[in-house]
Amino acid sequence: MDVRKTYKLFLNGEFVRSESGRAYRPDGSVNVPRGSRKDLRDAVRAARTAFPGWAARTAMNRGQILYRAAEMLDGRAAQFLELLGGGVRARRALDQSVEALVWYAGWTDKLPQITGTVNPVAGPYFNFTIPEPTGVVAIVAPEESPLLGLVRRLAPALCGGNVVIALAAESSPLAALTLAEVLATSDVPAGVVNIISGQRKELLPTLASHMDVNAIDVAGCNGNEVKAIEESAAGNIKRVIKLTQREQSPHLIAAFMEMKTVWHPIGV
Amino acid sequence: MATALSLTHLGSLMRGVRSVDEVGADERAASLAKRSIKKSSKLWALDLAVRCMDLTTLEGADTPGKVAAMCAKAVRPKPGDRTIPSVAAVCVYPLRIADCVEHLRGSSVRIASVATAFPSGQSFTSIKVAETEEAVREGAQEIDMVIDRGAFLSGDYQRVYDEIVAVKEASGDAHLKVILETGELGNYDAVRRASILAMAAGADFIKTSTGKVQPAATLPVALVMMEAIRDFVRETGRPVGFKAAGGIRTAKQAISYLVVTYETLGPDWMTPDRLRLGASTLLNDVLMQIDKERTGAYQSGDYFTVD
Repeated sequence: MDVRKTYKLFLNGEFVRSESGRAYRPDGSVNVPRGSRKDLRDAVRAARTAFPGWAARTAMNRGQILYRAAEMLDGRAAQFLELLGGGVRARRALDQSVEALVWYAGWTDKLPQITGTVNPVAGPYFNFTIPEPTGVVAIVAPEESPLLGLVRRLAPALCGGNVVIALAAESSPLAALTLAEVLATSDVPAGVVNIISGQRKELLPTLASHMDVNAIDVAGCNGNEVKAIEESAAGNIKRVIKLTQREQSPHLIAAFMEMKTVWHPIGV
Repeated sequence: MATALSLTHLGSLMRGVRSVDEVGADERAASLAKRSIKKSSKLWALDLAVRCMDLTTLEGADTPGKVAAMCAKAVRPKPGDRTIPSVAAVCVYPLRIADCVEHLRGSSVRIASVATAFPSGQSFTSIKVAETEEAVREGAQEIDMVIDRGAFLSGDYQRVYDEIVAVKEASGDAHLKVILETGELGNYDAVRRASILAMAAGADFIKTSTGKVQPAATLPVALVMMEAIRDFVRETGRPVGFKAAGGIRTAKQAISYLVVTYETLGPDWMTPDRLRLGASTLLNDVLMQIDKERTGAYQSGDYFTVD
């Protein structure tokens, strides 16, 4: 029997239709929910609620969960290959996505050693700097690489303990929406990752001006979009992450982190 | 003013209370809650919600410092923004009244105190009366009393009635709000009966809950109580206020209560003199929604005071 699938948004650990009831057909074949600003509002609320718990997980546990996501993604290889159009390129994108998850899973407990510092100061203090997650992070997935492009930004953000609102690639959102099914079976707590499909023109201004979003990754945006986002982001001094780097790197994890410096008195 | 009704009169009053269509009340409340209030109407409603709010703290851990902070917030809910009005009142335990008197001097915010062995009401009438008198002497302008649910549920309406009359007398000039604690009454018929009983005994306001029992205020219960008020006013001509309390945490819920009030009691009740929303955590959400309407950007709790 042919069971046709209804693609849904991934909000607070649940698969839901857009509250607006709208849908669009990105490639003319299937309907995909067209998320609204209220879906974004709900997503941010869910993420904000989930943040303290996720940030407080041990690095090892976050690593285990990211590794589990890699296992689940690998287990669904056939489905993703079909969604990505098959062929060598699809195979490579999938393999690299699985690899990215495994790679960042290993980084969860190593980041502080690389980015943290002990600072020499002229006074009776231990002074050290440690990375802390920024909070609620929005990620705009790049259009040209619907799965790998998203995974390569999502994994570093999660690795550091952030929670994520991801905008799926507008023209090919199916891989991102299916990735939600992978995450839902990987012990990622509800609200830690929220994936919304829809029109960027409609959603970006809401996301950029939302006071409860702490950072926005604009790797998938064009110049005009970045300019508009930066202007709106000024409202709450949102961090706008403009690293164009596509490769895996600990710098990408650090890009989603805040550095906290602690002065600890000694000899008193 | 109510005088003591004799046993037979009270009995016929209670027997005369018609029963409530439970399914109908639920459905009407649900349909009113769906009403969409947007833009300028929403701003008006949110402003009214602030003006009708009883900012509440009823914790064992309440300290003079915490009450001082709440009083400051009651007078000026959003520091630096004079367009946000003061709330109607603060609601505290009797021991904290003196702190409120100190910090609210010269403001329009009234002082409400719970009394009568709040929240259970399981104590002697003489103690409840004494507590009320003491609270009024301390400076409470409004008394939130609880009814004796034990007596009400066992059918001893006379005891409940007499107690309200006694406390009303003890409150003097202070407004008396009678808490029915609807979550413990069991069904809508009992809620309606308790409402009529409290109003007949002289309540200035009837109030849903203490906030200490689940379920606290719900929209259908509010509707049932407001319909009782409407019928009581029609019969006696004495307007009685309504206060919803417990579990109202979002601006959206607050607006639903305003809608139900408007549709049931009419525009005359859209004023702090006749409508109150008791809440400890609602105010920040209302302020955030006001900012959302003004700026267009969704707001964050990070930029509002921590209660």
